[in-house]
Amino acid sequence: MKNPLDSLWGTVISGLVLTLILYQIVKFALQ
Amino acid sequence: MDFIQLGLGRWLHVISGVMWIGLLYYFNFVQVPALAEAAKDNTGGGITKHVAPRALFWFRWAAVATWVFGAMILGKHFLDAFFFLKPAYYAIGVGAWLGTIMLFNVWVLIWPNQKKILGMVQATDAEKAKARRVAFLASRTNTLLSIPMIFFMTASGGVFRTAVFG
Repeated sequence: MKNPLDSLWGTVISGLVLTLILYQIVKFALQ
Repeated sequence: MDFIQLGLGRWLHVISGVMWIGLLYYFNFVQVPALAEAAKDNTGGGITKHVAPRALFWFRWAAVATWVFGAMILGKHFLDAFFFLKPAYYAIGVGAWLGTIMLFNVWVLIWPNQKKILGMVQATDAEKAKARRVAFLASRTNTLLSIPMIFFMTASGGVFRTAVFG
């Protein structure tokens, strides 16, 4: 499997996915 | 006192943060692809000799300044944020941890390896090749982490926190 960090788009998409995951965790913790 | 800690502190935190992340994006979106292109006709010497060392200087010290001013803004709530002790500090706590991991990457992974790549310290060709890969991946990791980091920084206070987290 290709490392997503080797491409700029892979890096940006991974960052957006991590943002969504962390957002859900914080939102859940705040409920 | 609030004017200095929160008013000036946040202003300086944002200015140094713009310089840090601006240069990080310059490296990832401009310099790395430009050097790959320049390698084809051997024209990258000027970038590595004159541009990269200056960019790295401001990059690594802006990273320190951003973290210090961030810690200054948190003040007595530093532990509330870093150890998630109060719900109001959960969001900024995530941002602060991401920023701290990024600062670690700058000083422990990127800068020591860049010194080998740019010839500031002695290194064999094999060591330089390894240094290039480690510095590249650390820099890309920081670009990745900057996306949620800026999200949580900008969504961490007042009306913004209410709008984003309810």
